[in-house]
Amino acid sequence: MKKILVLVESKNGKLKKSSQEVLSVALNSNYETYTCAAGEGSGGLGTELGVWGVQKHYYCTDTSVAQYNPESYQQFFAQIFETLKPDVVLGTSNMLARDVMPRLAAQFDCAYMSDITELSIGDDIICKRPMYAGKCMAQVSFTDESSKILLVRANQIPVVDASKAESTEAVAVTLNGTAGKTELVSIEKGESEKLDLTEADVIVSGGRGMKDADQFKLLYDLAEPLHATVGASRAVVDLGWVPHSLQVGQTGKTVTPTLYIAVGISGAIQHLAGMSGSKFIVAINKDEKAPIFQKASYGLVGDLFEILPVLAEKVKALKA
Amino acid sequence: MRIFVCIKQVPDTETRIKLSSDSQKIETGGVKWIISPYDEFAIEEAIRFKESHGDAQVTAVTLGPKARVNNALLTAMAMGADDSILIDSEQDLDALTTAKALAAAIKAEGDFSLVFSGKEAIDDSVSAVGQMVAQILEIPHASVVSKATYEEGKVTAEREVEGGTKEMTKLTMPALIAANKGLNKPRFASLPGIMKAKKKPIKNVTLDDLGVSAGQSKVKFTNFALPAEKPPCKMIEGDPQAQVSELIRLLQEEAKVL
Ligand SMILES: Cc1cc2nc3c(=O)[nH]c(=O)nc-3n(C[C@H](O)[C@H](O)[C@H](O)COP(=O)(O)OP(=O)(O)OC[C@H]3O[C@@H](n4cnc5c(N)ncnc54)[C@H](O)[C@@H]3O)c2cc1C
Repeated sequence: MKKILVLVESKNGKLKKSSQEVLSVALNSNYETYTCAAGEGSGGLGTELGVWGVQKHYYCTDTSVAQYNPESYQQFFAQIFETLKPDVVLGTSNMLARDVMPRLAAQFDCAYMSDITELSIGDDIICKRPMYAGKCMAQVSFTDESSKILLVRANQIPVVDASKAESTEAVAVTLNGTAGKTELVSIEKGESEKLDLTEADVIVSGGRGMKDADQFKLLYDLAEPLHATVGASRAVVDLGWVPHSLQVGQTGKTVTPTLYIAVGISGAIQHLAGMSGSKFIVAINKDEKAPIFQKASYGLVGDLFEILPVLAEKVKALKA
Repeated sequence: MRIFVCIKQVPDTETRIKLSSDSQKIETGGVKWIISPYDEFAIEEAIRFKESHGDAQVTAVTLGPKARVNNALLTAMAMGADDSILIDSEQDLDALTTAKALAAAIKAEGDFSLVFSGKEAIDDSVSAVGQMVAQILEIPHASVVSKATYEEGKVTAEREVEGGTKEMTKLTMPALIAANKGLNKPRFASLPGIMKAKKKPIKNVTLDDLGVSAGQSKVKFTNFALPAEKPPCKMIEGDPQAQVSELIRLLQEEAKVL
């Protein structure tokens, strides 16, 4: 039987939703499923994995993987890869996997793809992803039998009910040495405990129409009760109002939330490229001709400074 | 000291994507080609390194159809790169095969200290070639780098990950840095720069020369499709109070997202 190795991640001891999405692909396949995770508490996940039909869970709690280091993480994945020889490696298309998995693909001569939005694995592998930051979609076709490393974007694959009764064997992995050419100097935690834009289910984004940096507070007031992540257009990043990590668009992040609220954003082609994949788009803009309305599901023409506070107030009342 | 910058030519961000009649690729007629914006940070970083360290030779490397990508190299050299390597390939290669070709071209030049690339090319955004080149060259890398400092034999790179968290790593050179926005502010090519670039050497190589073939690609993009047309936008009229009430009703009852 063919084998899938899934990179899983946990938050507060629980499987992340993004990992459940990837496990759903594995569960729906006719492959045997194996998982792996590194870092503190990575072994404890074993008990949660039986319902997903996971045969073995490889984990590592060595100090060298307590924090992300591309070398030691590559070493961890490589050791498992060599033992298991998986046909497919699956993970979430996040910063960690996108950083290290290409190296693994080069090391073992694998097919590699990131940012997959549709994936099913059976006798054939059906795989799709956006191109040109979402201006079009393409199918990803594989030309040979080599192992495949496939990274799936969060929030794209529905989580299935997992009710297998496998007892997952937890296997501790001890790392062999690495070349030691990459030393982690420091990690500075960001202030935002919010989900990253690429994983967020709701995004409230502001553009030049916000007038100045201080007015972004209005967006945070709305984001708070919506449990939303705040994003921005490039114009306001260039103005220095917010960091580049908030930029949505072709030279920022490509986002795919269920709800995207664009406030004071005109809808330039580079911005639309990054957010058109959102399920529902609300546009608030005083210019009824703004291109953003061509992509929006719901449009409110008016002064954002009048609309935003009312919206924040009403959503807050609703969620209270 | 040799420094290499890997760059890719991509359609301008303004491009409206049209598909070929069989939908197996995009229509490139009329497309304006630019250097992928993140690669501009890579070029700039290499030039700045040379400016502050003196004895370096900056070589731009690209892969693509010769007649088209030549321009990208001219731009890189007009910005300040000393010379270029052009790997001629009419066919699209997957990330790994591209990386094999780039790495082979760099290796053939002998010793080097740094390799720069963009964090991703904005056409397919696979975001893998830099890391793969580093793997094949057996050197450490840092990707999505928005700040780098250099000292004797080491480079310290800062990258921003999810939630605004910053990771700082120190790499032993030779190393590869994949650039993000913020790393620097790329200069424009000056007129004298453009004149000089025309006299700078471009070394032409084929995939064959590098022991790579297009047939090694394991991944191909096929069956392109434009996004489904969205239903027209519902415009919500009224004063702000009325607009917001109606919006909330629609989000609850129609979209079912609240
Ligand atoms: C190579 C390249 C890459 C790019 N990449 C990106 C990218 O990744 N992401 C991106 O976003 N852009 C990108 N851009 C920039 C893009 O072209 C636009 O310039 C930018 O998106 C505009 O930002 P904006 O909509 O905030 O500003 P504007 O276009 O200035 O729009 C402001 C909007 O606010 C509205 N407004 C003003 N006041 C009010 C008010 N009181 N109430 C309600 N509405 C109001 C106005 O009607 C207007 O529609 C890129 C450009 C280039 C050349």
